[in-house]
Amino acid sequence: MKKNIYTHPYFMAGLVPAIFFLILYFYPLTGIFAKSFFPKGKLDLFFLDQVLGSGRMMKIIWFTFWQAAVSTALTLACALPAAYVMANYQFRFKKTLRILASIPFVLPAVVVAAALEACVGKTGLASGWAGHINHPLALIFLAHVFYNFSVMLRILTGYWTSLQGEIREAAAMLGANPAQAFFHVTLPLLRPAIWAGTVLVFIFCFSSFGIILILGGPGYSTIESEIYRQAAHLFNLPLASFLSLVQILFTFGLMSLYTRFSKKAARFTPRAGQILLKRPHSPGEKTIVAAMALFIIVLCVIPLISLAASSLVHNGEICLVYYRAIFENTTDSVFYVPPFQAVKFSFIFAAGALVVALITGVSAALFISHCDRKIHSRLTPFFDPLFMLPLSTSAVTLGFGIIITLDHPPLNLRTSPILIPLVHALVGFPFVLRTVLPALRSIPAQMGEAGSMLGAGPWQIFRHIDLPLMSRSLVASAIFAFTISLGEFGATIFTAAPTTPTIPLAIYRFLGQPGAMNYGQAMAISTILMVATATGFILIEHLRPHNSEGI
Amino acid sequence: MKSIIACLILIVLTSLPTGSLAWDKQLTLMTHDSFSISKPVLADFEKALGAKVVILRSGDAGEALNKAILSKNNPLADIFYGVDNTFIGRALEEDIFIPYAPKRLDSVDPALRPGSQNRLIPVDYGDVCLNYDISWFKRHKLAAPRGLEDLLDPAYKGLAVVQNPATSSPGLAFLLATVSRFGEDGYIEYWKRLKANDVLVVNGWKEAYWGHFTAASKGDRPIVVSYASSPAAEVFYAEIKPETAPTGVVVDKGSAFRQVEYAGILKNGRQRALAQNAMDFILSPRFQEDIPLQMFVFPANGKAALPKVFTNHARITDTPARLAPEAIEKNRDRWLREWTEAVL
Repeated sequence: MKKNIYTHPYFMAGLVPAIFFLILYFYPLTGIFAKSFFPKGKLDLFFLDQVLGSGRMMKIIWFTFWQAAVSTALTLACALPAAYVMANYQFRFKKTLRILASIPFVLPAVVVAAALEACVGKTGLASGWAGHINHPLALIFLAHVFYNFSVMLRILTGYWTSLQGEIREAAAMLGANPAQAFFHVTLPLLRPAIWAGTVLVFIFCFSSFGIILILGGPGYSTIESEIYRQAAHLFNLPLASFLSLVQILFTFGLMSLYTRFSKKAARFTPRAGQILLKRPHSPGEKTIVAAMALFIIVLCVIPLISLAASSLVHNGEICLVYYRAIFENTTDSVFYVPPFQAVKFSFIFAAGALVVALITGVSAALFISHCDRKIHSRLTPFFDPLFMLPLSTSAVTLGFGIIITLDHPPLNLRTSPILIPLVHALVGFPFVLRTVLPALRSIPAQMGEAGSMLGAGPWQIFRHIDLPLMSRSLVASAIFAFTISLGEFGATIFTAAPTTPTIPLAIYRFLGQPGAMNYGQAMAISTILMVATATGFILIEHLRPHNSEGI
Repeated sequence: MKSIIACLILIVLTSLPTGSLAWDKQLTLMTHDSFSISKPVLADFEKALGAKVVILRSGDAGEALNKAILSKNNPLADIFYGVDNTFIGRALEEDIFIPYAPKRLDSVDPALRPGSQNRLIPVDYGDVCLNYDISWFKRHKLAAPRGLEDLLDPAYKGLAVVQNPATSSPGLAFLLATVSRFGEDGYIEYWKRLKANDVLVVNGWKEAYWGHFTAASKGDRPIVVSYASSPAAEVFYAEIKPETAPTGVVVDKGSAFRQVEYAGILKNGRQRALAQNAMDFILSPRFQEDIPLQMFVFPANGKAALPKVFTNHARITDTPARLAPEAIEKNRDRWLREWTEAVL
């Protein structure tokens, strides 16, 4: 029986993500690290001097940490009250509100930057009443909160919803007032979710790239954007690789923490869907709910609306001139690719990325849940954070690694369009894993055992028990992978072949050209991207099991 | 589910771009993002080679060269266009080009040619210098700047926008102009005082020129680092062509740095003969005369005719700032480091 565990198809499924990771992640990274650290065959550590001896580098490392800490704290401060309302009350348009709050997370940094510019910038919609925000730091924090609010909100709400009822009622019965009940009962119970959300958001802000590069200008640098500068411009590969390594190791540590906390959080969500939330009754409750809804609209929705608005206003009139221009070739440049083409390529790549991410992600989830159940080894706590690493690996380091390693047939992928969906799948993979794994873990082991007792093979068990039971989270994760690929920017800029630009690249290119026409077209494609993303999320909302956690 | 996946795979496979059928050979030209060529010249290029020409734009000047160096054992292209004289040392040291003397090399000004045994051939050049918005200075009754020192004048506080030399090639050229002008001992002091006089540093040329320069955007900086040929572009792209250019340049007293761009055949490339033909075409008048209005720099071939807007409005200095390529190669990284620590 014991032997069967290692030849079980679910265990073998682990090979799929393993091979995928080895080829597309570890092989290129090893290649670039080896080239950087062993330039002439032996270890050369001269760059350590450039890190430790440079006041600027120390400032960058310090800035990376504190901006991530501040951004995370701000995000938590915004999301906690919102989560309270979302977890405790049932009200109209709640679902819509949740969808709207989720859109920013998958928008590429160029669009977020443009959305904020369109909103609080010099000529922005909100600048009339709020005055425009000009300081790069303020813009960076605002962008990070805008980006990560929904992640925090989802994690907190999912967990909080499951804490309803008995415990707090018991506290009230024992004479605790609501404040006491909150601080002594709810808050301590919420701690795993708060930690999980905090760690995840911290990692996102810690490895922030596009936001810092676009909104921060040359004056502000995180480790991630400094890696880009050192590698792409100064060709200081040893320093860039060293910084990447520091970042990867640090993230791995944080991710281990995160997976530990999120596992704890996952245990607390049984049958959460059956909990009936109350509707706001007293004027106080109504005010709280209304205030929260207003806050979410101001934070998440207004920038999106002002983005869409600026794509529709030309010379003070509402018209579709920018949308029409998307379908025309107005300039006569050899390099001009109509944005419509970009939309097409984006969708093709996203479809490819979806397929690859699903296959690898589901295989990894099967493998991990199988190991959890049968092997109780020390291995799973290692694999779980490992598979999350692509989320925070510098795209330029990986891109350079791909240039020097994947250059021979059969792996000559460097300029192949196939590389783009593969790299996108690498980024989408952690999301698929995070969504499918909890669903798999929630399937009682006895079901499979009963199946095999009745003579079903592993394939039949997969086909008739596990697959149907995880199908909803499967569809949700597919849409995640799809929308993430649509918005992916960092890795694409290093891999996209000249003839196959994607939507974010087209936006980036338009924003880099002068004139109202280019700006308007950039806004128009951004709006199309936003609508595509929103559609994806509406589908997720319909298909995702009620209150399932996951990112 | 399975059928959906099958459908998606099918969509992906059928819609991937397939190679052009018109030519059975292909030449790949690797270059930076600012490269441009007009459609008819590209068509003639392909006709002259009897091959399809694929242009691989690979980031800005430094980034593209770094990608070429990284892939030197198995290059991504046959030809590289656009190593400039601030990076030529690195390119030669890494030994990624093979020598070839294309036809018409003798029409190129010998001053532009590096001592590189023809591994790199000059293809175009331009002077990087300060540009200013003429009408802005008129409106504000302020004298236009005449040299690099003027930027330190309190009257010019907050007027200039420059590029980060670590991420922009005109930015680097301008840094070298200041090194040449104020010397190894004085340039950092100059930059510190420039910073105190509220100079704005941005990442790239586009951001500076199209994002902050008063003559080309809604920005509020009437002085920008650009090319001495930029005024020609301003005239060329104006909807109503003005008599005189709306922008002026500061090129005297060694305040402009001459940036020369080179092209070469990549070592280990697969199409040796084709690459040699391509180098011939690049120095031919057909290609060279296309350069000014595509990239707004001067052709290296002295026999190439210049468009009228260039002869009227583009400037070239007789006294460019000078630095030996060896000195640049030896000190560039240190200058960049010192600059970054002092200014950012």
